[in-house]
Formats: sequence, C-alpha cells, structure tokens
Amino acid sequence: MINTPVPKPSPIIVHAENLSKHYGKLCVVDGISFQINQGEFCGILGPNGAGKTTTLKMLVGNTPSTSGKLTVLGLPIPQQAREMRGRIGVVPQADNLDPDFTVVENLRVYGRYFGLKRTEVEKRITELLGFVALEEKADACINQLSGGMKRRLSIARALINRPELLILDEPSTGLDPQIRQNIWQLLRQLQREGLTIILTTHYMDEAERLCGRIILMDHGHILADRTPEELVRERIEPHVLEVFGTSVKAWKMANPLTGPIRCEQVGETCFYYGADLTSLVKTLDGWPGLRYDYRPANLEDVFLKMTGRELRDG
Amino acid sequence: MANHLLRWLAVWFRNALAWRKSIKTALLGGLAEPLFNLFALGYGLGHFVGEVDGITYIAFLTAGIISLSSMNAATFEGLYLAYTRMAVLKTWEGMMAAPLSIGDIVMGELLWMASKSLISASLILLVASGFGLTADWHVLWVLPIAALSGFCFGSMALVMTSYAQSYDFFVYYITLGVTPMILLGGVFFPPDALPGIIRQGSACLPLYHIVEMIRPLVSGRFAWTLLTHLIVPLAFTLISTMFAIWRFKRRLLR
Repeated sequence: MINTPVPKPSPIIVHAENLSKHYGKLCVVDGISFQINQGEFCGILGPNGAGKTTTLKMLVGNTPSTSGKLTVLGLPIPQQAREMRGRIGVVPQADNLDPDFTVVENLRVYGRYFGLKRTEVEKRITELLGFVALEEKADACINQLSGGMKRRLSIARALINRPELLILDEPSTGLDPQIRQNIWQLLRQLQREGLTIILTTHYMDEAERLCGRIILMDHGHILADRTPEELVRERIEPHVLEVFGTSVKAWKMANPLTGPIRCEQVGETCFYYGADLTSLVKTLDGWPGLRYDYRPANLEDVFLKMTGRELRDG
Repeated sequence: MANHLLRWLAVWFRNALAWRKSIKTALLGGLAEPLFNLFALGYGLGHFVGEVDGITYIAFLTAGIISLSSMNAATFEGLYLAYTRMAVLKTWEGMMAAPLSIGDIVMGELLWMASKSLISASLILLVASGFGLTADWHVLWVLPIAALSGFCFGSMALVMTSYAQSYDFFVYYITLGVTPMILLGGVFFPPDALPGIIRQGSACLPLYHIVEMIRPLVSGRFAWTLLTHLIVPLAFTLISTMFAIWRFKRRLLR
C-alpha cells in the first residue's frame, strides 16, 4: 500500500456551495455547488476558460472565492487552507520540480515544507520511488529525466505527506501515449487504495477511463454532474457516424436525411447522431472519395454537444 | 512561533541546499570581487588619500566594503534569484501547494538573504582581520548588523520583485536606487564631503546607517550611541517586509 490515509469520521471530502469567483466584472466561476465523497475519482471537464483551474485554485486555498461556502476535509477554506494543505497532495499542470536538485533531494526538500520528520521522510522516499519506478534515478538530476519521469516524480512528491485527497491539474497534457497509460495506471492504483482524487482534463478518453464521476463545466457553470456512462446514455444519441473526405458535399446532396437524425458539419466532416444509422452507412458504399467511422457515442461527443464546437483560445 | 520558524526554515533549507550546490561560483562572486575592490582601491587609492577620519584609507574602506557586500548579497538574492524562484522555476507555486503561506515564503526567503549577507560579511571580515585591518573584538558586532542589512536590503529587493514582469525591470532599482545609495552612503568616502542637502538626504538611506555602525566597530571605536543608527534600517525592514507580503498576496493569490 503506497498511500494509506487515516480514515476520518466525515466521508465528505469537498463541499462547495454557491461558489463564485469574479475578477473585476468578469465572472469566472458562477455559483457552483458540488460535493465529493471519500474514495471518489472525480474529473472536472470543460473547454479553456470554463473555470476548471480557478475552481482548483479555490479548492487548495490559493485564491479566495468572491462568494459562497467551501470546506475541504471538513475545514473552512480559505480560512484554514494551510492546515488543509498539510493533508492533501497537489500535482501542478506544469512540473515545478527543482532543477538544481536530484530526485531524492526534491522529495526531501518538499517533505520539509510539510514539517515531516527526517526519518519519516526518508522512509517515505524509499516507498514512493518504488511506487513510481524511479529507484534507479534516485540520484539523477532533474534535467536528466524524461517528461514521463518528471511527471511521475511530481506525483510522488504530491504523495509525500500521505494525503487524503489528491488534486491533479491536467496530469497527462503533453505526454506521449505510453506514458499516459503509465500515469493512469498509477492513479488507478491510488484510487483502489482508497485515495480520493480530483483531476481536471480536456482529454475525454482520460476522463472516461479514470473517472467514476464527471463534473462538466463551461462559462463558470456546472453543465452536468454524472458518471461517464450516464452522460453518454442520457445526454447524446446512441450512435455516431463521422463522414469525411472531398466528396462529402456531393454525397450529402444525394442522400437527404430521413427520420430522427441530427447532423453537424465541421469543415469537410459531417457528424450524424441517431439511434440507428445503418441505412445511412449503406449509402456510403460507392463513394470513392469518402471515409467514415460508425461507432457508439462516447464522452467526447457529449462534450462537444454540450459545450459547442467553436474554438476557445486563451 | 516555533511552528512559524519551522516553516520559514523549510524555505531557508531549500535555498541553502541550492546555494551549497554552486558554492564555488557563489563564493568567488561573493568574496573575490569585494576583496579585489578592497585591496586595489584600499592600497592604490589609499596611497594618495592617506588617512580619513583618523584611520588609514584601507581600514576606512574595509567597513564600507563589508557593508556593501552585505547589501549586494541580499539585493541580488532578493531580485534575480527570488524572481527566478517565483516566476521562472515556480518554486513558490510548489511551496504554496504545501502548507506554507505567502508570509512563510517571504520570511523564509528573508532569513536566507540575511544568512547570505552574514556569510559574505564574515568572510571579508576574516580576511581583513588576517591583514590586521580590524581593531579589537568589538568587530564581532558587525555580524548581527550584516544580518540586519540582509533583512533590510532583502525586503526592499522583494518589494521590487513583487512588481517585476521580467529581469529588465531590476535595472531601474539598481541604477536609480542601489548605485546612488552606494555612492552617497559613505562606502568609499565620508558623506561629509558632499553638499549639505545631499548629505541630509543620504541620512535617510539605510546603507548610510549600516556603514555608520560598522565603521566604528571595525576601527575600534565602539560606543553605545551607535544603536541610534539601528532605527532607519529597522524601519525600512519592517515596512518593506509587510509591504512585500501584501504585494505578493495580491499578485499570487488571485
């Protein structure tokens, strides 16, 4: 067991009530309410500017809310944020490991920030290096590590104090597929051991595979708070047909839609949503310039349906 | 209080470890340069100047160089290195995810800046004593004053850092703040040589008072009245520290 948090009487880990954050006149988070219970793996999803990162910042007490009530681990935030932070772990979006230090020194220095005893830290370091498979790199400098190793070290660092809650801000952004799988495996193991985990992501496959619960945000609101299965079942048609290629337009003209089928066109790709699209699929044969993908709907389809397709820059 | 100190020391420990890793260049820059200045100017210029205020020019300059190094050590740390930790390496962000507050981080940084001033002053003092440039044991009082100098100029530098958007910004402070202070503060020559109004102006600057305390201690003229010179540096320290904490809270907790 890499992380065995001491069980607490209250199973409510996070309780947010009408939480808002304004920057001047700009409202970034607009009266959101949610509760996260012990042992949950909760993903906060949303396009850029949805208010995910601001919500996380409020959770760790690094920005005060404009209004609303927030408790984390039963402690009022931001009033008792420091005490709370002693009991949680945070993995930042961009690694902020100390490049001057070796792997072990990074963990040792970070352990001091928590006021942990030297012997406790040394014992913990050995456990954590095993958990993230960095034993061989113990004395390596940070700039000798690959991107995946740095991420694993960031996770190990966040676990130094045996946290009761782990918060990750886009944990696998910028990593290659193998490394993402590896990070997911670590997170799953932590959840199996009873750790409560909150992560933000805009990778739908990541959310679908890891999270038992998804809070979908946009423009500072919570659009949905469900399991991924429920979202896919309740918020979108069962099947999707993607058609793309140079002759999409001609094919579309030749095959006008019948029945309850919804269509969205993005550039040269058409998305069809419906219960049964097999009749439409059949018409695709004999159109040489076309490619298509007929599949069950997934979380990404829900995401795009609920937050729209327009680009969100900055 | 004990808990506070423990948290500040955690920040101090991080910086001390980083410093130890580059100790060779750190010592070369922090020690060799002031010593070159001391001996080149002290003996070279001293040959023409002769005595100042009843002591040899090099003995006079020793106190100036100790004050100057204690200021420079903390200023450099508070500007360039603190900015690097805050904005480039995001070391502070990591600390803020742990149970450390902005106040803890600033106090830990200041403790470290005072330590650097202390190290710098001690080493120069040691060399100067070896050359017989110090008078008696009262010179040991220089050490706490060097630490105060570190707190004072460190906190002033942190105020600048709290406004900085890039390293270039520090040129204003160095050119318009630090350099005039060195020239008017009595490091290289007594401010008495300056016109009255400038002399009065320099008495508002903390470096002047640091030099005024260190110089008699180096040349064996200890007196309790020197304590009055504590007021200005202490006031600068207090105000800059509180202001820096307030500024960093506004900047980082939004």
